[in-house]
Amino acid sequence: MNKNGQPFDSGLAYHQEVKPKEGKGSPAVPPAAEAQEYKFIGKRTPRIDGDRIVTGRAKYTHDIVFENMLFGKILRSPHAAAEIVSLDLSAAKALPGVKAALQLKEGRVKWAGEQVAAVAAVDEETAEKALSLIKVEYKVLPHVLTQDKAAQDGAPQVQDSPNVQKLDDYSRGDTEKGFKEADVVLERTYRLAAEIHHPAETHASIAKWDEDRLTVYDSTQALFSVRDGLARNLNMPASKVRVIKQYMGGGFGSKLGLNDFTVAAALLARQAQKPVKITLTRRENAMCVGFRPTHIITVKAGAKKDGTLTALTMKNMTGGGVGRGDGVAEPFADLYKCPNVKTEEFSVFSNTCGSRAMRAPGHTQGTFALEGFMDELAAELGLDPLELRQKNYTTISESADRIPYSTKGLDQCYKLGAEKIDWSRRNKKPGEGQGRVRRGIGVASQIWWGAGVPGTLADIKIYRDGSVEAVCGTQDIGTGTRTHIAVVAAETLGLEPQDIAVRLGDTEYPWAPISGGSLTTPSVAPAVRDAALKAAEYLKKIAAEKLMCRAEDLVLENKKVTDKTSPDRSITLKDLAKTQPREAVFHGERSGMPATFAFNTFGAQFAEVEVDTETGRITVKKVVAAHEVGRIINVQTAESQVVGGITQGLSAALFEERILDETIGRAVNPNMHDYKIATSMDIPEIVPIFIPMADPRINNLGAKGLGEPPRIPASAAIANAVYNAIGVHPGEIPMTPARVLDALKRKEKRT
Amino acid sequence: MEKTQAKKKKPVSRRDFLKGLSGGAVGATIAARVLGQTKAPAQGQEVPVKIFTTKTITLTVNGKNYPLEVDPKTTLLEALRDKLGLTGTKKVCNRGECGGCTVLLDGKPVYSCMTLVVRADGHEVTTIEGLADGAKLHPVQAAFIEKDGYQCGFCTPGFIMASVALLKTNPAPTQEDIRAGLSGNLCRCGNYFKIYEAVASASEKMRKA
Repeated sequence: MNKNGQPFDSGLAYHQEVKPKEGKGSPAVPPAAEAQEYKFIGKRTPRIDGDRIVTGRAKYTHDIVFENMLFGKILRSPHAAAEIVSLDLSAAKALPGVKAALQLKEGRVKWAGEQVAAVAAVDEETAEKALSLIKVEYKVLPHVLTQDKAAQDGAPQVQDSPNVQKLDDYSRGDTEKGFKEADVVLERTYRLAAEIHHPAETHASIAKWDEDRLTVYDSTQALFSVRDGLARNLNMPASKVRVIKQYMGGGFGSKLGLNDFTVAAALLARQAQKPVKITLTRRENAMCVGFRPTHIITVKAGAKKDGTLTALTMKNMTGGGVGRGDGVAEPFADLYKCPNVKTEEFSVFSNTCGSRAMRAPGHTQGTFALEGFMDELAAELGLDPLELRQKNYTTISESADRIPYSTKGLDQCYKLGAEKIDWSRRNKKPGEGQGRVRRGIGVASQIWWGAGVPGTLADIKIYRDGSVEAVCGTQDIGTGTRTHIAVVAAETLGLEPQDIAVRLGDTEYPWAPISGGSLTTPSVAPAVRDAALKAAEYLKKIAAEKLMCRAEDLVLENKKVTDKTSPDRSITLKDLAKTQPREAVFHGERSGMPATFAFNTFGAQFAEVEVDTETGRITVKKVVAAHEVGRIINVQTAESQVVGGITQGLSAALFEERILDETIGRAVNPNMHDYKIATSMDIPEIVPIFIPMADPRINNLGAKGLGEPPRIPASAAIANAVYNAIGVHPGEIPMTPARVLDALKRKEKRT
Repeated sequence: MEKTQAKKKKPVSRRDFLKGLSGGAVGATIAARVLGQTKAPAQGQEVPVKIFTTKTITLTVNGKNYPLEVDPKTTLLEALRDKLGLTGTKKVCNRGECGGCTVLLDGKPVYSCMTLVVRADGHEVTTIEGLADGAKLHPVQAAFIEKDGYQCGFCTPGFIMASVALLKTNPAPTQEDIRAGLSGNLCRCGNYFKIYEAVASASEKMRKA
C-alpha cells in the first residue's frame, strides 16, 4: 500500500506497469506474421465456457461457500474527516454468533467509508448487528470533498502535505516560439466528473487458513499482486499464500490490487480459525473502492492557417480523493506531430476514497479534452476536423525518442471509419442544421499502450491419452481469455478449441501480469503460442520416428500429425501420445521486444447523434469504431470489447456522475439508481472495424491489446458529434440535458 | 458509514407494520426493514416482544418442492442463494435497480431481491438453473453463447430470464420491443448490442422450431 493507505494508486503507477518493457523476456522467436491462413486465429470462436455462464454454473467469488464459513463486515467511518478518540469492541464481541472482531484504524480517518473495525459472525445479519454494537467516539474535523473546493486557499488540509501536489511535467521544443509562429491561437477548458466503476459483482474475498498457509478467493483482476500484497501485509512468505479467481463479475480497474478488507478477512479468519467471507455491499462498492478522478483540463494551441500545429500546452488539475488523480498528458505528447509541447499536471487531495485506475486511466480523460479541442480548433480554422488530424499525423513516437511505431494503422482507421459513417453527411459548419432536433457527426482518435509484458509464462501439457491442457496464472475478467488461450493452443497443435482444457485464475499456475492495461492477450497468447510451438516440435519429432519420415515434413491438423509430402502417412495425436513414457510439459514465455520501435494501439471512432435543442436530450444513433490493435485472436470476443467500450463511453458522456454533498461529507448517489448508467434503451447501432495488421515485431502472434482502446475515444467522439449538431461544445461530461441547454445559452450570448 | 444509524431500533407502528405487509416492491423493502426485528420496549414496558417468528413454506423451484422454514423478511434471492445453494441468480444491487437477480414467478419476471420468499409460497419459481433440458440448452441460452451476448457473465442469468419472459409474451419482438423488454436489466460491461442480437436470434430459432 502507498502512503495514502490506498492499495492501488491509479495514474502514474498504472502507466509504469502498462508501458512496454523491452528485454525482460527470452529472445524473440520469429513472429507468426507468415502469410498463412489460420483456422481459428482471427475467426469467430464462441466462448469455450459459455455453457457454464448461461446455466449459472460458473462460480464467482460471491457464489463460493465453505463449511463453517463466517461472514465478515466492515465498520466504516461515517465522517469525511475525524479523529478516533476511542473504540470499544467488547459489546460486539459479546454478541452470540460473533467469532472475531478487530480494530482496523487508530488516529485520523480521512474519508467517509474508511475502514475502522471489522467483525466476523455466523451470518451477515449477526455481523451487521455486531457492527452496531461497536462504540466509536469520533472528534469530527473539517473536511473538503470536491476538487474545486480542496484547491482553494484555506481549504481543510486532507493529508500531511498540501492538498495541491505536482503530478507530472512534460515538455519538448519551445512553446512560446511556437505560439508566435501561429496564425490562430485558441484556448479551451474541459471538465470531467467522477465515474464509479460499479462492477456487477461487488468486491469480495474469502480467506481460508490451513496451518500457516493462506488461500484467498478474491474477485480480482490481479491475482499475483494480491498474493504479494497479502504476504507483505501479513508479514509472511509469498510462497505460503495462494490466490484463486475463476470467474469475476467485472472490475474495469477497480480490482487491480489488494483491497484493505481482504487483509481484514485474513486476520479475522486467523482469529476465528474459520474461513471468513467479506462481500461488499453495492453502497460500499460505490463509496470505498475507487472512481475515475475528476479533471479540469485547459488546452491551448497555436496553428498555421493550413492546420499545422505550432504549439500545444495543457494544464491538468485532477482530483483523486485521498489518492492521486490521473495524468492525462500522453495523448497530448504523442497523438499529433507538434514540435512544441508543454504539459503541467497537478493532483488535488480531498476527503473521499482514493481514485483507482478505470479503463484507460488518463487517456480517456485527456482524449476528451484534446479531441474536443481539435474540433474547436478545426472550426476556428475553417477546416474539416478529419483533415486537421491528418495534417498533423505522425508515424513516430514523438515523446519516446522519436522512434518509429512498429505499426500504426490510424490513417486507415480514419479512412475506413469515415467511409462507413459517411463523413460527408456531417454539418460542414458546426450547428448549421435547422429545427428543434439537430443531427451531428463527430470523430475522435485514440492512442494507448497494449503491447503486453515480456516474461509472461504459460505451459502446455500433453497427457498420455492425447488430451491437452493449457495452463497460465492469468485472469479471465470477462474478456474471454480462456477462449483465446484455447484458440491459440488448438491452432498450433491442430486441435479444436474445445479440445483444450484451459486452467487459469490461480497463483499456483505460471506467472502472468495483471488483467488491466490491455495487457492480457498480448502477454498470455504469445506465451501459450511459445509453449504450443515447443509441444508441436516435440510431437513432430516423435511422430517422425514413428512414421519414418522427416519432422520438417510433418504438419499438425485435424487432430493428427500428417506427412505433407505423403498425406496418407499420418498418426492421430491420441495414438502418438500413448507412445510417450510419461506426460510431457512444455514451458512457454512471452518474448522481449526491440527497443528501437514504439508499440502502441490506435483507433478512431465516429459518432452520430441527435440533440433536442428544447429539452437538451442527446440520442446517440450510431458509432463506427475502427481500431488497429494488431492481429485479432478471436473476432467474436474482440467485437464485444468494442461494443462494451463504446457503451461505457456513451454512459460516461451522457449520464455518469458521482455527486458529492459537502454538508454530509459524502456522495448522495452511492447506488445504481441515482448514479445513472446506460441501459438497453440508450444504445446506438455499433459498427466495429479491425484494421488487418499483424505487428511483425511485437510478439509471435503480432497481437496487441484491445481492452481499453475502444473506451478511449467514445465519450470524445459523442461530444464532438454534439458540437457538430448544435455549434457549441458542451466542454463537460456528463452532457446532461441541463449542461446542453447551458451550452446553447452560451452560444446565444456569443452571437 | 451509516450502518450504525440504519441499525438503530425503531419502534414499529401498526400502520408501518401493515404497510410492510401490503406486498409489492416498495412493500418488500419496508417489510425487510421492520419484520423480524425485536420491538424496542416502550416506556413502562418491561419485556421486549418478538413481533414475528419463522414461517414454514413450500418453495417450488425449477419443478422441485423445497419445504423451508424461513424468517419472513428473507427475500426470494436470499432463499435461493443461501438456503437452496442456487447461486446462478446473482445479487448485484440488492435494491431493485439492476435486474441482476431476475427469476420467473409463475412465468413472469420478478426481481428476486425485491420479492419476499413468503410471497413465492405455493408459486412456481424458475431460475437460470432450471432453463436447460438436461444437457440441452434453452434456445435463449444457446443464442447468448452464439452471439457473445455477455462479457463477465454476472448479469447474464438475469438477462436470460428477462429475455425468456419477453419471448413468452412476444415471440417476434422488434428491436424496440427487445430494448424495452430488457430495460429493467443493467449490463455494466455494456454488451447490450450483442444481447439484442442474441435475443433476435433466439426468437427466430424458437419460431422455426
